[in-house]
Amino acid sequence: MKAQRVVWGETLAQLAATDDRIVVLDGDLATSTRSDIVAEARPEAFIEVGIAEQNLVGMAFGMSTLGYRPWLSTFGVFLTNRALDQLRMLVSQTKAPVRIAAAYSGLLNGSSGKTHQDIEDLAIMRAMPNMIVIAPADEFELAAAVRWASGHDGPVYMRVARDAVAPVFDEGREFRLGAPTVVREGADITLISTGVQTSRVLDAAQLLAADGIDARVIHLATLKPLDEDALWDLIGGEPHVVTVEEHTRIGGLGGLVAELVSERGAVRLTRIGLDDRWSESAPNDFLLDRYGLSAEKVAQRVDACLRAPIG
Amino acid sequence: MSVAESLVEGAPLAELSRRARWHVINTVASSKAGHIGGPLSAMDLLVALYFRRLRIDPAAPDDPDRDRFILSKGHSAIGLYSVLALRGYFPETELATFDHGDSRLQGHPDMLITPGVDSSTGSLGQGLSSGAGMALAAKRLGKDFHTWVMVGDGEIEEGMVWETVISAPRFGLDNLTLIVDLNGLQQYGWPAAPGDRFDRSEPMGHVDLQKVFTGFGWNVLTIDGHDFDAILTAYADADARRGATGVPTVIIAKTTKGEGVSFTRGTYKWHNGVATPEQLEIARRDLATAEGER
Repeated sequence: MKAQRVVWGETLAQLAATDDRIVVLDGDLATSTRSDIVAEARPEAFIEVGIAEQNLVGMAFGMSTLGYRPWLSTFGVFLTNRALDQLRMLVSQTKAPVRIAAAYSGLLNGSSGKTHQDIEDLAIMRAMPNMIVIAPADEFELAAAVRWASGHDGPVYMRVARDAVAPVFDEGREFRLGAPTVVREGADITLISTGVQTSRVLDAAQLLAADGIDARVIHLATLKPLDEDALWDLIGGEPHVVTVEEHTRIGGLGGLVAELVSERGAVRLTRIGLDDRWSESAPNDFLLDRYGLSAEKVAQRVDACLRAPIG
Repeated sequence: MSVAESLVEGAPLAELSRRARWHVINTVASSKAGHIGGPLSAMDLLVALYFRRLRIDPAAPDDPDRDRFILSKGHSAIGLYSVLALRGYFPETELATFDHGDSRLQGHPDMLITPGVDSSTGSLGQGLSSGAGMALAAKRLGKDFHTWVMVGDGEIEEGMVWETVISAPRFGLDNLTLIVDLNGLQQYGWPAAPGDRFDRSEPMGHVDLQKVFTGFGWNVLTIDGHDFDAILTAYADADARRGATGVPTVIIAKTTKGEGVSFTRGTYKWHNGVATPEQLEIARRDLATAEGER
């Protein structure tokens, strides 16, 4: 079981060996984001820009105009917040083939706390024209997504989790842009998740099964673009859908599904995610439990949903 | 023959500048929106660059080996468009579409739709970083072109500029030149003296920019940004250092905001503005009778 960040570094090092357009620009966090793997394996593909995220984006854009396919290496929170204007002006607007690797995405960042938790990124990046927004489930899907993104001629935003999760897929996982994936069949309720949270939602489905509740789990590796027809085919007739995300409940996966179902028909929807408040620094298990994203807490919530008439 | 007359026969720089300045004030008046003071202060620098220094071909605006220019102070777009039109990237008549729906000439430069625009800009402080990326890519690819970036003196209040100023010498970017259009005024800025409600002061008046850039490891040239011989000498100096020194160059060009038109000159009040028909007549006379033509 490997962490996504390690697989990100390893996959880029492999790709850079045969494609000299691929470079990684680092904001002095290489040993955290694991772009140090690229720096050691392919030094010519690694560019240290220093602790200057706005310049990181600007230089990557400039290089992209000469045919480079740059990846950005720093904590996602500094890209989607501190360098947001640069991403908007220089990457989204210009359709530049810059790959935004959002390291330490979501709530779990090695106890760095709320300053480093990027739990608004999906809402922010989803609103940006031309931006592809990807949140892979595990190491295998991340590797496939990195390979896919490296061939794409346009901007890509990709969540990269710090810590390993139980794999959802196997090594043969292919990345198909925009396609929803049913990762567990079930007849009683449909759960939709994205990113590494899908792994914990599958665990929650196991717990529910022990209680006699048969939950179906759909994974969305791509939030944008999304094959809305395919997702609606899966959930259109369902009495109750629950979204689960390691992200604020505002504007991310839950927002996306709410937009879809409110336009297409009546589906009862419950959005599980982070409340509209600041979190704290603590070990992963504590945070997942406190903020309702552990397998146990998700299972409890789904169980309660099925018992309650609304909510 | 002066340096200014040497390269494009029959096109004296002063005359080109006057014509481009007229396009600025006339186009903004007809579109009823746009900036005046910044485009006019930068005009001699832009005309000299596009007509005497840049290795470009308007017939091949995407030539991978062309010199690059980034107007980081993107709100001066109409100044750039006027020069691009005179240089042959599109007809001068197209300037009349500035700021109109479906026009290639947007309020801020858009590299995806306007021929000759090497980078989209508009949010201040970003262009030097984009230029550093282009210059670094050129070094890595063994390309011999030069990347030029223009910022305003108000613009360098933006922190991102200094992220790039610190790092460009580390990357050895002697193929990167920054031009500071030091026109001494910004949109509103600070009072000239405490409590003064009618006059505004230089945004960088308290900063010794020459020392600052020198301290960051740049090659610094300070010139009068309305003296064509000085401009062309500085451009030639900067270009000659390409590939030889490992040090980027900054040209600190002292200019006058609103230069060339009597009522826009030297005042923050014409940062933007729409000239009346009467004012346009004054501008037409000012720009038809400029002295010191080369």
